[in-house]
Amino acid sequence: MLFTSYAFVGFLALTLTAYYLVPGRWQWPLLLAASYGFYWAASPWYLLFILVTTASAYGVSLKLADLSGEQRAYLAAHKDLTREEKRAYRAGIKKRKWAWLLACLFLNIGILSVSKYTNFVIRSFNALTGRGLGPVDMIVPMGISFYTFQTVGYVIDVYRDRQPVQRDFFKLALFVSFFPQLVQGPISRYGQLSQTLFTPHKFAEKAFSFGLMRILWGYFKKVVLADRLLPAVTALTGDGTYAGAYVLAAMLLYAFELYCDFTGGIDIAIGVGEAMGIRMPENFDLPYFSKNITEYWKRWHITMGTWFTDYIFYPVSVCRPMLRLSKWSREHLGQAVGKRVTVYLASFIVWLTTGIWHGAAWNFVVWGLANWAVIMVSQELAPLYERFHRRFALRGKAPYEAFQVVRTVLLVSAIRMFDCYRDVPLTFAMLKSLFTRFDPRVFTDGSLLGLGLDGADWLVLTLGLAVVLAVSLYKLKRGGIREALYEKPPAVFYGAMGALLVCTVVFGAYGAGYDVTRFIYDRF
Amino acid sequence: MKGRRWPAALGVALGVLGILYLAQRLLVPKYQTGVVEGSMVAEYYRERVDHDLIFIGDCEVYENFSPVTLWEDYGISSYIRGSAQQLPWQSYYLLEDTLRHETPKVVVYNVQALRFSRPQSEAYNRMTIDGMRWGPAKVRCILASMTEDEHFIEYLFPLLRYHDRWGELTGDDVEHLFAKDPVTHAGYYMRADVKPQTGFPAPQALADYTFGDMPMDYLGRMADLCREKGVELILIKAPIEYPYWYDQWDGQAAAFAAEQGLTYLNLIPLRQEIGLDMTRDTYDAGLHLNVRGAEKLAAWFGGWLLERIDLPDRRGEPAYDAVWEEKTALYDAMKQQQYAEIEQYGELVTFGANAVEG
Repeated sequence: MLFTSYAFVGFLALTLTAYYLVPGRWQWPLLLAASYGFYWAASPWYLLFILVTTASAYGVSLKLADLSGEQRAYLAAHKDLTREEKRAYRAGIKKRKWAWLLACLFLNIGILSVSKYTNFVIRSFNALTGRGLGPVDMIVPMGISFYTFQTVGYVIDVYRDRQPVQRDFFKLALFVSFFPQLVQGPISRYGQLSQTLFTPHKFAEKAFSFGLMRILWGYFKKVVLADRLLPAVTALTGDGTYAGAYVLAAMLLYAFELYCDFTGGIDIAIGVGEAMGIRMPENFDLPYFSKNITEYWKRWHITMGTWFTDYIFYPVSVCRPMLRLSKWSREHLGQAVGKRVTVYLASFIVWLTTGIWHGAAWNFVVWGLANWAVIMVSQELAPLYERFHRRFALRGKAPYEAFQVVRTVLLVSAIRMFDCYRDVPLTFAMLKSLFTRFDPRVFTDGSLLGLGLDGADWLVLTLGLAVVLAVSLYKLKRGGIREALYEKPPAVFYGAMGALLVCTVVFGAYGAGYDVTRFIYDRF
Repeated sequence: MKGRRWPAALGVALGVLGILYLAQRLLVPKYQTGVVEGSMVAEYYRERVDHDLIFIGDCEVYENFSPVTLWEDYGISSYIRGSAQQLPWQSYYLLEDTLRHETPKVVVYNVQALRFSRPQSEAYNRMTIDGMRWGPAKVRCILASMTEDEHFIEYLFPLLRYHDRWGELTGDDVEHLFAKDPVTHAGYYMRADVKPQTGFPAPQALADYTFGDMPMDYLGRMADLCREKGVELILIKAPIEYPYWYDQWDGQAAAFAAEQGLTYLNLIPLRQEIGLDMTRDTYDAGLHLNVRGAEKLAAWFGGWLLERIDLPDRRGEPAYDAVWEEKTALYDAMKQQQYAEIEQYGELVTFGANAVEG
């Protein structure tokens, strides 16, 4: 059931209605039933996967909590133990907890890896060895990356004693399967989401209408803009026909398509939560206003970034082999180089994982490593930038900041081309053509009208993107636009919602004549 | 919600519904120029008198029989509930819909569409179904007709289907926002131009000539419904050779009719008797008759029908005279207009699929 399907709109309307009609204590069980219904509609087989993940997380987290409790009780009952004895006891418990955690990670990351990456491994093996192993018909459950990461994060938090265990299986099941975030995130943390997920909510006009407005805004971005851009992006990135200046067009159009697609989906997800009084973490913070790529990655897909930081970067940075490597490199390579080795290596692992997470193809691996390389080079050049800024005093000046923003957008868009083209060599060839076959006339001679979009489409896109830009600028300068509209007479607030609805229904690229498009991040 | 916000929310909601309603009226195709077939089904509901004879079927009825001729020659009040690529289940539900409004003495069904075993085309579905009035027949017709990519809700709210027509709106869409002009003459689609029949591709052998279960089931339901309502059902095959009407199909239609005690009339072998001259009586090289051919066929068929069934001559009944006088005047005027265009331009300009808005 796609967010953009009529079935989902009907499902959502029924769920929201039922949510406020049932007694408060039945709200979260209703959401669990709705979430499993949502997942069942995608495929009954998927339920098996999510149940295994839920059951394993439930069992292991209980065991981890019990071991922590056992440790606390033992140490409380044996206050006379020496420090060494306490340390030895803790080490024993930790070892047992680690074994349980490892089993849980092995199972869940294993399911994720096998379902998503088996064919990637087979293809790579064939390419390397020249063999012709056939692909395996794997079931890849919808949103498996998202719910696996969310669940694994919860288990690790329990392991670290940062999160009290949830002893109600069904509540944990709802956390894992909560339908708005099941498909493409955001990746919630249990401690945050559980604060509002299980508590009863009375109907509140403001929260409900804010949620609806955000849902409509999400649909507007997805259906009016992203899906209308799709034919042009598909044409431009198809087979390498469109080179030179067309690659620049592809970079920019795909940048907007992906932004509208992904933020649109997240807006729908968060808006659904808001309409029910449930708070989910924000996933974007105006990423295209970032002045450098490091900042960009702090503002794009925030929940994924923080997940990788908390559950991969930090653990890898402080794991025993890494500490040993750090020590060795400082001793043998000097302080300056030595201190960078672990950071570089941990970052490398994070970006490699990020790339693989995004897709089972070498394109994504190269995409991840390209991001890593650019970020590392930026960090190395930081002192140089500093000197430049001190000398020319450009910092804070609007034209220079605009230049930084445009530069960052172009940079991330160029790297993102690995996501678009068929394979890595073609991507490199097309990026190269930007410099060897660039003909700016394609932007003015009507060539872009031959990409599956006519003049009316471009008009809608231009106006729609102008609205998105205006709303983003408003948020940047003054804060949330919904709050501002809510302060105006009610007719203005509801009128804006009505306008969004009408524009989405009339100008949306959906229905007969359009391919039903999944959200781009569904496939992750 | 605070009391003072309710009225605004309600007001905006009503305003949005109004805008969406107007948008729907504007964006739904009007089928007034060019492809007018989408207007045919709805036009039936404008009829002011009942009919003794109803034709049901695809272009082989709505382009080949002239109800005005049936009226002028025999005083038969008839109507063609035809639509492009009308599938058997659609014919059944149109019949069910018709019999809710009136009870004719005879229903004539053209069997050409029995060759279709499953839903075919969204565009044709829309042209047949959109014009039906809402009721159980329309709901069931939609459910039976939808192709894989169609959604019931898009029939319920056609704006969801036609929302993207904003880029192709024409003067017709504005002019006919709330009211449409008739495009048929008691369901007959008139073409006065001539394009002689020269020949058709040789028929290709089929792997299986058996009509599918679905069309035969609906044909059976048509027979049952007519029996139940005391209506005589006659099956015909229009005198059109292409698409090819195989002997095996003909045999099945005849066998069904015999089994059900119905009359089945294949008009293809009777073309000479009817007086059809396919070098002059067709406008598209033999696929459909022009008005000259349709009048010949109606004249012959009316006589044939009256030899078998006692249909009243309604001429002289004031209510019928008034209606048919109007229809006949419109019919004659359009025929003259078409002849005039042909004389002036050598072809039709404001009529036909490629017509421009007049």
